[in-house]
Amino acid sequence: MNGRVGALVRKEFRHISRDPGTLGALLVVPLFLLAMFGWAISLDVNDVPLLVRDLDHTAESRALTAAFFSSGRFSRMDDGRDAGEALDSGRAAATLELPRGFARSLGRGETAAVQVLVDGSDATRAATVIGYVEGIVMRFGAERITLKAAKAGVALPSALDTRPRVLFNQDLRSVNNLVPGLVAIILIISAVISTALAVVREKELGSMEQLVVSPVESWELVAGKTLPYATIGLISAALVLGAGFLLFGVTVKGSILELAFMTTLFVFACLSLGILISTAAPTQQVAFLASAMLTLLPTFLLSGFVFPIRNMPPIIQAITWLFPTKYYIEILQALLLKGVGIGSYWRSALALLVYALAAASIASVRFARSRGR
Amino acid sequence: MDAIAVEGLVKRFGTFVAVDGISFAVPEGSVFGLLGANGAGKSTAIRMLCGLLEPSSGRASVAGIDVAADPEGVKRSIGYMSQRFSLYEDLTVIENIRFFAGLYAISRRKVETEAERVLALIGLAGREGSLAGELPGGFKQRLALGCALLHAPKVLFLDEPTAGVDPLARRRFWDIIYEVADSGSTVLVTTHYLDEAEYCATVTLMHAGRIVAKGSPAGLKAERFPGAMLEVDCDRPAEAIAALAADGRIEEASLFGSRLHAALAPGLGDREDAEETVRAALAAAGFAVRSVERIPPSLEDVFIRVISESAKGGPL
Repeated sequence: MNGRVGALVRKEFRHISRDPGTLGALLVVPLFLLAMFGWAISLDVNDVPLLVRDLDHTAESRALTAAFFSSGRFSRMDDGRDAGEALDSGRAAATLELPRGFARSLGRGETAAVQVLVDGSDATRAATVIGYVEGIVMRFGAERITLKAAKAGVALPSALDTRPRVLFNQDLRSVNNLVPGLVAIILIISAVISTALAVVREKELGSMEQLVVSPVESWELVAGKTLPYATIGLISAALVLGAGFLLFGVTVKGSILELAFMTTLFVFACLSLGILISTAAPTQQVAFLASAMLTLLPTFLLSGFVFPIRNMPPIIQAITWLFPTKYYIEILQALLLKGVGIGSYWRSALALLVYALAAASIASVRFARSRGR
Repeated sequence: MDAIAVEGLVKRFGTFVAVDGISFAVPEGSVFGLLGANGAGKSTAIRMLCGLLEPSSGRASVAGIDVAADPEGVKRSIGYMSQRFSLYEDLTVIENIRFFAGLYAISRRKVETEAERVLALIGLAGREGSLAGELPGGFKQRLALGCALLHAPKVLFLDEPTAGVDPLARRRFWDIIYEVADSGSTVLVTTHYLDEAEYCATVTLMHAGRIVAKGSPAGLKAERFPGAMLEVDCDRPAEAIAALAADGRIEEASLFGSRLHAALAPGLGDREDAEETVRAALAAAGFAVRSVERIPPSLEDVFIRVISESAKGGPL
């Protein structure tokens, strides 16, 4: 390594080691986020508390009730007679009422009604619960018909038999989707925010002036400032992948080499963005706000990490194209969850490459100009 | 050979002329003071000499290198220390020194001996392990100076190096500057403190982008105040100025603290009765005079006169 770059890199690592907050933020916080998202905040819907009011008390009504609980999606709530009260207080997320005469209607071949009330205050959860309910009731009905036909000696062709198989994320666990998002966020924090702060700090201190009159060239200064944070970001990303595997069994199904290559490209884009922000921001506060607004928020909101892009209005969908994280998360999902190669995600890779090159050229022009020559 | 040679140097920013055709030369091994108020063009001039700004026209060479043609070459041969303490407070003294040694590509073998030499010069030997941020203000300034001296620069630029430092520390700092100049380096320093300018072999005063006075401190004083300079302690000094100014034998009167400085016309200063002249003039106007003393003019007196003359469009 060039001597001047070496001196800058050593100095930057000293700054980091003297400030435990920075290192903690870069290495510990991501693991904390992973644990929090992985264990505490589950986006999966399981063990929905269900209040059953069986007014029919027949074998049929009990069979339907049993079908609900044997699915594993619901847990039984016995106490409390008032369905409204149970929903209001939040003790039950759904209620099932089987009216008197349920079995009689079934026996006569009439349409038997059951009432299901679902707490809709969490729309995503409610939609999932309704899906479960419809599935269970339909299956119950279909089985009844088949049984009846068999008794009557009629063989019914089973017209529709849906057996969905989920690919790529077989267990439908949200933690599998969180790991790619977290990796992206960590790289953004260290590569964009820390880099921008480190450069602006020199401006604030007045030491930038000292560096500018020294024989250090622009590219050496940029390399000396960015290499340390790129290194820490990559280490942190590797830690999260490792912890994702150890704690949640999230594996990299695709090629590790492609993952390394694409991650390097993304880090390059992030560092360029960090340098670009540093040329415009006069103080560390402005630099932090600007980089958080430009990178962290869009990553949380618009990259498909937490909220699916497909559900967004078209105008917002168009905005998501402006942020590089979207492409990187698509690539990570392809490599981590689907295990497919560059053939399937080349569009995202190309977009990321274009983004990185554009950010790097604008940043280098602006950085050289901000140094006075 | 001159360490710094400047000829008709101009810097324009759009229609604004920050530096308007300045010329001067600094002989090798001397201490040169560049003085002037904020906005006079000092910083722009220094930035051009350090190879940071391209001159609009004119020529400047530093250590024999043309600043417009080879700014990187200039950067390698100069040291620079700015008005703001610009070292890293979270690094120790020796870590700061090693960092700057690295920037100037000083070989690993030489770093330790150079560090030792500089630490002895700035009086920080034995403090290598202290964090720069924990040093007292004057020590920080000396450390910054030491870092600028590691690569033994031929020319050292000091941009208001002693701003905000106590007088004792300033004195100590200047002792080091003299040692640097004695060892053959040339020092260009800008300062607001006019008493400090007295330490320079040559001073140059900039005003509105131009050089309005140039010379040794003693020479400037003799040139601008050929008559005697008197310090007067009297009643209502602010009103007394008008009374003195009305007297034809007194060239100029100005207020310094609670006292007056009165410059007599050339010729009068040689006579023993210079004090009596002033005493009589004030007494006639009804001011009670406590004391009149002959004093040497200060650079401040010189610059007040120069700038007020240049503002009136009078002779420079």
